[in-house]
Amino acid sequence: MLIFEHSREGRRAYAQAPRQLAGLADIPESYRRRSPALLPEVSELQVVRHYTRLSQKNFSIDTQAYPLGSCTMKYNPRACNTLAMLPEFLARHPYAPDRFGQGVLACLWELQEILTAVTGMKGVSLAPMAGAQGELAGVAMIRAYHEARGAHERTEIIVPDAAHGTNPATAVMCGYKVREIATATDGDVDMAALKQALGPQTAGIMLTNPSTVGVFERRIEEIARLVHEAGGLLYYDGANLNAILGKARPGDMGFDVIHLNLHKTFSTPHGGGGPGAGALGAGERLHAFMPIPIVAREGEHYRWHTETERPQSIGRLSTFGGNVGVLLRAYVYTRLLGREGMYRVAEFATLNANYLMARLRAAGFQIAYPQRRASHEFIVSLKREAKEIGATAMDFAKRLLDYGFHAPTTYFPLLVAEALLIEPTETETKEELDGFVAAMCRIRDEARADLAFVKGAPYKLPVRRLDEVRAARELNLSWKPSV
Amino acid sequence: MSNVPDDRKYTDSHEWLRLEQDGTVTVGVTHYAQESLGDLVFVETPQVGRRLKAGEACAVVESVKAASDTYAPIAGEVVEANSRLAEEPERINSSPYEEGWIMRIQPDDASDIEHLLDPEDYEQLLAEAK
Repeated sequence: MLIFEHSREGRRAYAQAPRQLAGLADIPESYRRRSPALLPEVSELQVVRHYTRLSQKNFSIDTQAYPLGSCTMKYNPRACNTLAMLPEFLARHPYAPDRFGQGVLACLWELQEILTAVTGMKGVSLAPMAGAQGELAGVAMIRAYHEARGAHERTEIIVPDAAHGTNPATAVMCGYKVREIATATDGDVDMAALKQALGPQTAGIMLTNPSTVGVFERRIEEIARLVHEAGGLLYYDGANLNAILGKARPGDMGFDVIHLNLHKTFSTPHGGGGPGAGALGAGERLHAFMPIPIVAREGEHYRWHTETERPQSIGRLSTFGGNVGVLLRAYVYTRLLGREGMYRVAEFATLNANYLMARLRAAGFQIAYPQRRASHEFIVSLKREAKEIGATAMDFAKRLLDYGFHAPTTYFPLLVAEALLIEPTETETKEELDGFVAAMCRIRDEARADLAFVKGAPYKLPVRRLDEVRAARELNLSWKPSV
Repeated sequence: MSNVPDDRKYTDSHEWLRLEQDGTVTVGVTHYAQESLGDLVFVETPQVGRRLKAGEACAVVESVKAASDTYAPIAGEVVEANSRLAEEPERINSSPYEEGWIMRIQPDDASDIEHLLDPEDYEQLLAEAK
């Protein structure tokens, strides 16, 4: 039931009402609305109950393990939230002069420096408001670079099929043709296919390393050399940075531009469409093109650098300086961890994934790339279970919910049949991982005994198995009051 | 009906094509492709008149699992697209080889078709995939 459906005329919830109406007098009469807004009229207790119930229906990292591959759903330490909510941060107005915001600017500058160091790039811009925007800006920088050199014949972006799923869309949005190349059977890029795809038309390549098949691209230095020799640039999708944080740096691998999902690796709240933050890092070739504004330190003073200092920038991505609230949470996270802590993030994320992979393999599940060490995630293929028992990856995913585990990513990457892409993250305990293996085994037993039962899952959630086909075919996204 | 009808040719990316009497070629995706994708919810067909290179992505089929490109098996010009798929993408699931056809192409060179897979080769490919 929606909060609007509880509405009865005249009911009021004073605790949730706006604190003050001061300032209304500053708004000219002609801009004020004449009729009241169509807001729910409910009591304080109704509001409390409604949102408490909604939160209880949530399947979230605060309540359950969330091994959603390629998404890094790790715990967000409470301290990050608490510190980012300091009233001095919250009350800062973006139009206030820099000299009144030295504290927040210092935090952002330090975050830029920390991310620069941990990725091995030349500099970082915090402007992108989400991962997708970071990608868009990164490829726009590649485009600006080629255009500045008059290389208009470079119209193609190469995207391996194990790259992050958003990469081809980003390249198309920037006006490029996408050239997909295959993954070799060992999970690395097919070098012959890469060599064949490279040429004078190549603008760049978009790579995710470790890739979405959960393995580290071992020939990355050779790939970088080949792409650069062909005159192209390398874009790094930071979706999987959690596996190598501080241990291996994209800048050292030869990447020219990277984006980092701060809401993944740097533990800011995630899901529900944001708010995210997609910080960009650039190397020597693309540094001048980074989006503005960027915080600069001049002596002991911090200020925003804009068009004046950075004339070659691809420009602004939003009105102000990125999602500052999210950036502050990431900043606190990096400071809580420190250098040693960052190494441990990568080590434990990788250890957890490899432990879980080994246990599942021992339990008889088929691993997609069994000869490879997992990065922070790995793929189980339920092809055999689908064929022999009739239980698909989706059936396992739905039944896992009943056992208190968020489903891993299903049917992605596309090149593995009946794929479950599993990423436990470093913040789960061994007991939790063992519980996941036990749940997978029980589901397999249940399916052998009574397939229909598993196909009917989930049973313990607010809703049963949803009709995804109908939901996709008959989109209905807005509620209207029945009159 | 066999899952691999023997009156047409195939590609290793799971498209089928059939040479029609008027010299055009009808293109669709195979039974195996629709089964792997699951229930289709959206199909994007190419513009009539578009020139296609062999191997070029020219249509998109989207299911609840995945969005997948469909590739032009041969070079040519799109002369007709199956407009019913916009409203009824499920036709590809229920009838991949007949009502679920995606487009008709006027080939630049009809002999290009000879290089594609015969039904037996395609069945072999499916057997290896399983």
